[in-house]
Amino acid sequence: MNPYAALLINAALCALVATVLLFLSRILGRRHASKVKYEVFETGNPPIGSLRGTRFPVKFYLTAILFIIFDIEVVFMYPWAVAYRQLGWFGLAEMGAFMAVLAVGFAYIWRVGALEWN
Amino acid sequence: MDLIISFGTALVALLICLQVTVLLLWVERKGSALIQDRVGANRANLFGGLLPFNLGIVNTMIADPLKLLTKEDIIPAGADRFLHWLAPWVAVFPLFLTFAVVPFGDVLVIGEREINLQAVGLSGGILFVLAMLSLGVYGVIVGGWASNSRYAFLGGVRGSAQMISYEIAMGLALVSVALTYGTLDLQHIARAQGQLMWGVVPAWGIFYQPVAFVLLFIAGIAESKRAPFDLPEAESELVAGFQTEYSGSKMSMFMMSDFIEVAIVAALTTTLFFGGWQVPFLYRDGFHFPGGLTVAIPSLVVTLLQIVSFLVKLFVFCWIQILIRWSLPRLRYDQLMAFGWKTLLPVGLANVVASAVLLLLLEGWTGT
Repeated sequence: MNPYAALLINAALCALVATVLLFLSRILGRRHASKVKYEVFETGNPPIGSLRGTRFPVKFYLTAILFIIFDIEVVFMYPWAVAYRQLGWFGLAEMGAFMAVLAVGFAYIWRVGALEWN
Repeated sequence: MDLIISFGTALVALLICLQVTVLLLWVERKGSALIQDRVGANRANLFGGLLPFNLGIVNTMIADPLKLLTKEDIIPAGADRFLHWLAPWVAVFPLFLTFAVVPFGDVLVIGEREINLQAVGLSGGILFVLAMLSLGVYGVIVGGWASNSRYAFLGGVRGSAQMISYEIAMGLALVSVALTYGTLDLQHIARAQGQLMWGVVPAWGIFYQPVAFVLLFIAGIAESKRAPFDLPEAESELVAGFQTEYSGSKMSMFMMSDFIEVAIVAALTTTLFFGGWQVPFLYRDGFHFPGGLTVAIPSLVVTLLQIVSFLVKLFVFCWIQILIRWSLPRLRYDQLMAFGWKTLLPVGLANVVASAVLLLLLEGWTGT
């Protein structure tokens, strides 16, 4: 049987179970509205302002960008790893060159301090 | 017929996932109690005290989940309703699906039919697992944002930053495994570990890639935001981090995602490094010991032994993760990020290069 068809069956089953779990509280639990319940938890203080205008600290953005770069590198390594035995020394040299370029980049960001988290 | 078999294996995989999760709840409570030299939950009794012993397991596995599921479902004011509903679903769905590619046995032979005991026989199994774990990050971020609470948002963002930092280390460990076995299919990797090295030692992955094992294990624990990497949900600091504004079944889904990830990391480790369902010296027709002794065993018993072996190994690694959680102090956030980027990433890269070079030098020594 086509493995992707099996995957679809699995996905449907998991989605079903997850959805049932999600709505279980709605079905089984009580629903008494009270103004205090819907206040956001801030250890007793009234909530400060809306989240809509909150600024996203830029260092998280930096981490995400760096993650993208290195994750793409890892993704390129997968087909190379699977076909490695057919590629031999030449393949190693090629991938070595690729990794060397990225290693230089990694050394740069390390030196520049992009990996520091204050 | 194929459809029914596929559905059957899917059901079994999902059941294993759910059962292990629920059991882990209890094992964690009792285990942590034993580690901390106390008794743990033991106050529930059956039949109103008829039996002369108390059972914490009833408390943890039955009463606690029921209590959580019957709590009121509260969505804070100003929260994005759709995202609030979506976040736990996105947190849990990919993790359920990951178990679909984990092989829990070799083959089940019924009549003339050989059923591969793996819900989805994807040839890119490892890649699929990595993809699903990456999807799990969305649950954290969306959960934090949808709560309209500063604390939750901060917890969510920090949690997701941590998760993606350690995903690279995991990916690199898995690349070296792919190098060693020349395939990404988990069932093939499990089968390849049935060979014997020097005629005596089973060729488990740990002997070929010890560094990758350590890397995968540590990165896996960090990915699931468990201690010592659990600052995003640090109880003393951010209440419950990104889960603060969740109640009832949605909260239970976030908690479940924690334990499902424990099970996933354990399942990955056993499949890739400890032979998965392999029992040493057990082949499809029985035991073949190195001395020459052969014990013939019916195929159904073989399958049963292999499934039991998988579950035992799964629990060993779940227990090790629980042990680590309750033994080590928490890492501070910048230590955490520094560890992921400055230690694990270079080690992972070095391991890939070293494995590649060694593989070419010793060609024919590690064959599949």
